[in-house]
Amino acid sequence: MATAQNKSAAGETGFVYLPLIAGWLVPGAGHFLLRKWGRGALLAASILGMFVMGIAMQGKLYGGAHDILDVLGLAGDLGNGLLYIVSRVLGLGADQVQVTTADYGTRFIVVAGLLNVIAAVDAHNLRTGRKS
Amino acid sequence: MFRPSHFAAVLLFALFASVVFGITQRETPPRMIRYGIYCFVLFVGSAVVLSWLMYLIAR
Repeated sequence: MATAQNKSAAGETGFVYLPLIAGWLVPGAGHFLLRKWGRGALLAASILGMFVMGIAMQGKLYGGAHDILDVLGLAGDLGNGLLYIVSRVLGLGADQVQVTTADYGTRFIVVAGLLNVIAAVDAHNLRTGRKS
Repeated sequence: MFRPSHFAAVLLFALFASVVFGITQRETPPRMIRYGIYCFVLFVGSAVVLSWLMYLIAR
């Protein structure tokens, strides 16, 4: 009984992939669903911070795939979930990299997406009990 | 527009990546902190070492 209550309180019931999908769409949301508030807040701050700094540095948001490097960049950017979609809709980011800091910014945005995928998979591992 | 220096960009990158690595790759908070610090030192240390290597090769 107590175990069932604890599981329910920890958000460990329902759709098993929910923390994975939520964590991908919104950084840290997967951990928040599992009531890992501290971890979720740190992950959200890190990933959001990296993405926002990338945009502030006029980093490029990949919109299409013209060659293999663009495909890899687009895959990384898509890891940001809703952040990427909203930024594209709002027209944030640069179309062309023209200064050195914009090149750093482009990497920041791609790596933020990759880190977000790692965080979402971590939330999934917590949900399935593979990690405590 | 935000224009950090090259080294400031390295520090920011290392900080954010280390926080995520620490939380996701270890299970208990003390080990997360230790691993995060380890990753941060490796990121910054390797950037400094590689920078010196490239400087010496270019001379």
